[in-house]
Amino acid sequence: MSQSSATPLAAPAIQVPAIQVPAVPLLQLGTWVVFFGLLAMLAIFFVSADQGALSLFAGNAVHEWVHDARHLLGYPCH
Amino acid sequence: MGTVPRDRSVLSPAAFLLRGLAVGLAAGLIAFVVAFALGEPYVDDAIALEEAAAAQPPAEHPEHAEEAQEPAGQDGMVEISRENQKSWGLLTGTLAIGAALGGLAALAAAAVLGRLGLSARGSTALVALVGFVAVTLVPFTKYPATPPAVGSGETIGGRTASYFALLLVSVLAAIAVVVLANRLRARYDGWTAAFVGAGVYLVVVTGTGLLLPTVNELGDFPADTLWYFRRSSLVTLAALWASIGVGLTVLVGRMHDRAAADLARRELAASL
Ligand SMILES: [Zn+2]
Repeated sequence: MSQSSATPLAAPAIQVPAIQVPAVPLLQLGTWVVFFGLLAMLAIFFVSADQGALSLFAGNAVHEWVHDARHLLGYPCH
Repeated sequence: MGTVPRDRSVLSPAAFLLRGLAVGLAAGLIAFVVAFALGEPYVDDAIALEEAAAAQPPAEHPEHAEEAQEPAGQDGMVEISRENQKSWGLLTGTLAIGAALGGLAALAAAAVLGRLGLSARGSTALVALVGFVAVTLVPFTKYPATPPAVGSGETIGGRTASYFALLLVSVLAAIAVVVLANRLRARYDGWTAAFVGAGVYLVVVTGTGLLLPTVNELGDFPADTLWYFRRSSLVTLAALWASIGVGLTVLVGRMHDRAAADLARRELAASL
């Protein structure tokens, strides 16, 4: 896939061989997937399920605050 | 000249994640506007019906079925006004979900870039399309969004478990068939591989959907309000994913172009 674009940074008009940007190494990516995956799951949990099916915090403040988002984004609620 | 310094021509996971978070927050804001404009009128309608129904038996705390069992005033129990729920509360939710899905989509875009035989923009757009189908559309077809007043507090555990079971199977199946189709691509053409992958995915999620329990707690909730609510919910989710898809495709495409231009310049310099 040659993606040599027309930005001012691009090489002068000499024959440019097809450039393949190296793919992101999966092992390096895996660390980020684990790290951000946990954060994302926590965020999704608070919006979708906390103080509903499961409760990480006592009370109903989280549920009440994100209540409309829980319904409108399609998560099970009351 | 052999040692080319590796910086801008190498794409880093952090660069993807930052773009995903930015796009996700913007998408969450757009989803909020759509949900507020299209969906909130029906949430209000449903709550009005709920309160009317709760007023029939000896007047009890109306707002929630689950609250009726635990009256407000106990520790940790708060009442948040409808004005706050439909504005700041809704915005909190759409921003959080937008950032989470945007970040995850960006990391998925990093994983597939340069691995599927597509351009950087093509593979990123594909991630958003697959994400919308696997994360939103398939769970929605079996367990569609329900307005307040539909669904009982006793079944919330089972309904949540079923919903997330289908979501998990759907996402894992989507990842598996992308890997499968990518393998098939070497032996057949790309379209054949894509159709086989889509077919396998549909069989898996349909089978899972048939195995999972059906939820029907509608009672005599009015069908028109239910449909309008569900339609507005689906439009909100589609707007969220479309914004993530467009934003991420633009940003990842530009980042890839810069990296390619940088690489081309270095190779040219090295060859002179
Ligand atoms: Zn609710």
